[in-house]
Amino acid sequence: MTIRFATVTVAALFAGAAFAQTTPIKPAVTFDVGGKFDKSFNEASYNGAEAFKKKSGIGYREFEVQNDAQREQAFRRFARDGQDPIVATGFSNGAALKKVAEEFPKTRFTIIDFVIDLPNVQSIVFKEHEGSYLVGLLAAKASKTGKVGFVGGMDIPLIRKFACGYVQGVKAANPRAEVIQNMTGTTGAAFNDPVKGGELARSQMDRGADVVYHAAGGTGTGVLRAVADAGKLGIGVDSNQNGLHPGKVLTSMLKRVEVAVEGTLTQAHEGKWKPGVTVLGLAEGGVAWALDDHNKALITDDMKAAVAKAEADIKSGAVKVHDYMSDQKCPVQ
Amino acid sequence: MDLIETALAILASGLRLAIPLLCACLAGLYSERSGVVDIGLEGKMLAAAFGATVAALSTGSAYAGLAVGMATAVVLALIHGYAAITQRGNQIVSGMAINMLAAGLTALLGNVWYREGGRTPSLEGAARFNPITLPGTETLADVPVLGPFWRLVVSGHPLPVYLALAAVPLTWFLLYRTRWGLRLRAVGENPAAVDTAGISVPRIRYSAMLATGVLCGLGGTYLAVAQAASFLPHITAGKGFIALAALIFAKWRPVQALGACLLFGLLDAVAIRLQGVALPGIGQVPVQAIQALPYVLTVILLAGFVGRAIPPKAIGVPYVKER
Repeated sequence: MTIRFATVTVAALFAGAAFAQTTPIKPAVTFDVGGKFDKSFNEASYNGAEAFKKKSGIGYREFEVQNDAQREQAFRRFARDGQDPIVATGFSNGAALKKVAEEFPKTRFTIIDFVIDLPNVQSIVFKEHEGSYLVGLLAAKASKTGKVGFVGGMDIPLIRKFACGYVQGVKAANPRAEVIQNMTGTTGAAFNDPVKGGELARSQMDRGADVVYHAAGGTGTGVLRAVADAGKLGIGVDSNQNGLHPGKVLTSMLKRVEVAVEGTLTQAHEGKWKPGVTVLGLAEGGVAWALDDHNKALITDDMKAAVAKAEADIKSGAVKVHDYMSDQKCPVQ
Repeated sequence: MDLIETALAILASGLRLAIPLLCACLAGLYSERSGVVDIGLEGKMLAAAFGATVAALSTGSAYAGLAVGMATAVVLALIHGYAAITQRGNQIVSGMAINMLAAGLTALLGNVWYREGGRTPSLEGAARFNPITLPGTETLADVPVLGPFWRLVVSGHPLPVYLALAAVPLTWFLLYRTRWGLRLRAVGENPAAVDTAGISVPRIRYSAMLATGVLCGLGGTYLAVAQAASFLPHITAGKGFIALAALIFAKWRPVQALGACLLFGLLDAVAIRLQGVALPGIGQVPVQAIQALPYVLTVILLAGFVGRAIPPKAIGVPYVKER
């Protein structure tokens, strides 16, 4: 229900008139380290591109980044080959994309999770802190020990933003709850290390955590696996991960990257693509929490009511979730 | 949770992280003690991890996975043997070739077969090695210290952990108490003397490669089929190379190899546990500093405390019969 509602709003936001004039485009999409089948962030982007391909019949070129040196190369290659628009998935592409976008001012670029102020770049960012607030609320309500965990991927402000929103949600539901936070690493490889993710989750559960939220891409599959093995609850991120371990995943924080990617490609196709910054929050349906057959037994009516109230409060502005990236600080720990 | 339980939990985590290192380290020990340098441990473990996952997925049995994982690594070890022993090729080049072959081939085949970008679907139920609860966990439950020690550290690991630990005394026995072990060590020090005694150098070296393959297979299978419960590209993440460092650290001896691997595993576990914890007197240490800790300590230990590590004398030198 929540999902469908969100999809409709964002789709409406991007689509505009349904029978718009279309122009032929040659899009390209790059996926970040972790790969397009990470069951998380990159996979959402991939699904968006696939959805566009299905609807419009226009194929796209793609590239999976394996290391940082390849980013600039890939963008330049695509731009030189006349691909347009070029969609970059992930904040790590920021510096490389900025450079290439300056070199090719006529090519349109879209970047997810990063803001570049150039006349030929569209930046799409999400209010992950709002979605994380909601799952934090659910985590605190589902926790029996009063302790919950968070496993982040790479230690960067974007991931701290997830953590900060989550902590705020947890504290809103239970002010005395304790949040144990861990980051997997300090390089991009931290998004693709399930063994370490599993160990981090186990160490948190040893300390009493019984609900663990991850924002760690491919590393998160190890987190959810370890949590499910221990009979505790995990929380997925970006894509809907409830089905990975049915009944052992409390919910997933949905970041609707697929809608953003499909949207930007559709805009280009219909000649409506505009540069600038788009911020997708709860009100725009850019973030949400997942409820489906896999987890409906875990979500009580009380939890549903609490999260619905929080959603309404955030949308109306009655509750303001602090954004870590606005001042690099988190008011609660 | 009290201090003892915390310490024991870290110990258990260190043990889990040390097992792949231990397998690779012992594997390297056989190979290098026989005089064949093996930097292809990483590749053999990776290929074994992939082979084991594919077999476990298609048969639904973790034991089939273990068998196929070992077979895969043995085949690669024999290829290395053929290049290094029979053809007297450069052992570093051959080992590196195996690493590259394994890294590329596993990702490619994984993508073609499962269409998930080189990942495999997740292993469930009997297709993975599940933790074994050893007898005595119940009876010892109320005994202080020993009870939690038994429950957290000794019991509750999957089968490959116990196999890897059993391989340590077994290796010691084979190496120092059997005729084959004596010959193996001799072949690594002075192959000409062994040859003069009428024993085939290539045969001893090939048998060492077999042992290397079996142990790499065990390590790879543990990583994929027990720990991660699925395969993904580069799952070994350089463990084969760290194992080589541990091997030098241990001066090519089995019991010391166990110590070195446990130390590396423990440092990793401590790094995981100390994250975000405020230490008395210091306060909260930045994540980066904690994560650098194992490497810093390794350098200090290697440089200051281990002393000179003398490798087998004939290591890396192909044996040529004098005519």
